[in-house]
Amino acid sequence: MEDKILEIRHLSKAFGDHQVLRDIDFSVGKGDVTSIIGASGSGKSTLLRCINLLETPTGGEILYHGQPVTGPGVNAAKYRSRVGMVFQSFNLFNNMTVLENCVVGQVKVLKKSKAQALEDAMGYLNQVGMAPYRNAKPRQISGGQKQRVAIARALAMEPEVLLFDEPTSALDPEMVGEVLDVMKALARQGMTMLVVTHEMAFARDVSTRVVFMNQGVICEDGTAEQVLGDPRQPETRDFLARFRNA
Amino acid sequence: MDKFVKLIQDVEVLWSKYYPMYLNGVKNTLILALVATVIGFLIGLACGVLNTIPYTKQDPWPKRFLLKLLRGLIRVYVEVFRGTPMVLQAVFIFYGLPYFTDGAVAFRGNSGMWLASIIIVSVNTGAYMAESVRGGIISVDPGQTEGAKAIGMTHVQTMLHVILPQALRNILPQIGNNFIINLKDTSVMFIISFTEFFAAHRYIVGVNNMYFPSATVEMIGYLTMTLAASFLLRLAERIMDGTDHYKLVQEDSLTMTAGTYNHPHRGTPFDERSKEVRERIKQELKFGRSRGDR
Repeated sequence: MEDKILEIRHLSKAFGDHQVLRDIDFSVGKGDVTSIIGASGSGKSTLLRCINLLETPTGGEILYHGQPVTGPGVNAAKYRSRVGMVFQSFNLFNNMTVLENCVVGQVKVLKKSKAQALEDAMGYLNQVGMAPYRNAKPRQISGGQKQRVAIARALAMEPEVLLFDEPTSALDPEMVGEVLDVMKALARQGMTMLVVTHEMAFARDVSTRVVFMNQGVICEDGTAEQVLGDPRQPETRDFLARFRNA
Repeated sequence: MDKFVKLIQDVEVLWSKYYPMYLNGVKNTLILALVATVIGFLIGLACGVLNTIPYTKQDPWPKRFLLKLLRGLIRVYVEVFRGTPMVLQAVFIFYGLPYFTDGAVAFRGNSGMWLASIIIVSVNTGAYMAESVRGGIISVDPGQTEGAKAIGMTHVQTMLHVILPQALRNILPQIGNNFIINLKDTSVMFIISFTEFFAAHRYIVGVNNMYFPSATVEMIGYLTMTLAASFLLRLAERIMDGTDHYKLVQEDSLTMTAGTYNHPHRGTPFDERSKEVRERIKQELKFGRSRGDR
């Protein structure tokens, strides 16, 4: 489909002298499930954080439905409410219960009524299988459960795109499955997703597109089959070979 | 041993004769310390919140200038009031104001003395609390701010609903510290003839020579007040932490029945108890209830 939700043009980001992202160009269409893979330090997470404006890009632009979101006079909060984000470290609000975590954004940002917000939050908590835990505080549940709540919290904002920043990297191996299951279900429902991940199986089976990043640039960009099965760049081949041996 | 008996007898004599005066002192001390701690906390809260408003190079220069100016002013306030003795601050405010205004502005009478005392102790407490609140805010995990930003919350909403509740819980022991310090340090307000607990002692030993027995009454009195304050603060902390237990809610209209979500290998979350949770329950059984992992 040609309806581009996000377009990233010549994006660059530097921390001081350290150039983390260089001239990144790519776009996200409706329903795309894009996996971003690459070695640690290749700029994957920084790219995601730039897209959500948690980092301010040093160059280039990000267009949301054709409108630039960087630069002065842009309502960053409003844009962020349309682009959900799931973090490696969950970042659930520690002072709230599971249910409150999913309600607060709807009430305060989307200005929904409390009753409506509660109903919708329960719907999303059911979807991720965390409804029975709604009265628990984040410190009382496991990592996998926290991440599922974090996904429900992001979904509750009814975002157009969901960004996942290594959602399973901080989890015990036995909990990775439950989070990936939820993500797979979301992908099947047609959610537009942008996933930074080290889970090659997820990238291969679920994503419609795989982007390989190396040293701050997009090295290879194509369908999952092509990038993972028949990589054209030597860097991609090296990376994948190291992964298979590991 | 007979020295102790004598001391106890003297204390009894003093107390039976002057207890209304002592109690009045206790009352004034408690009111002043409580009111000043509350106001001081509010001052500190305002300073701490204003001090941590973020700005970036991309922001327009008036905003940056204003925020920098604000931080500078708060810094001066904190350093001046934290760095000088409260006795001298009292003198400067109580006697300095009429001095500079030729008596046009002055704290007159009983209410004036109360007002001056409350202002001085509050402003002093505020200087300490400003740093405590700032510390409390920056000690909250930055991930909390990012989580709030990511769902589109503004800075004000993030502060109000996510950061401050956590920061305040963390600085509650410091607020308690300040309250206990105030209970004792309000005694320097005798300099502007405020009749708190210690002033009662000064008056009473002025009319007889039982200095040491009266000091004993003071000791016991102050210790009783601070112990009570400690106990109440612990209680408040425990209430704020809430219970460590939660109920699984499975059988009501909001929760769908089991089977709407399934793990291919491990059944449903309803019969699942993760390793972490099991481990913690084990620890709790072994070592008793913990106050959670902060």
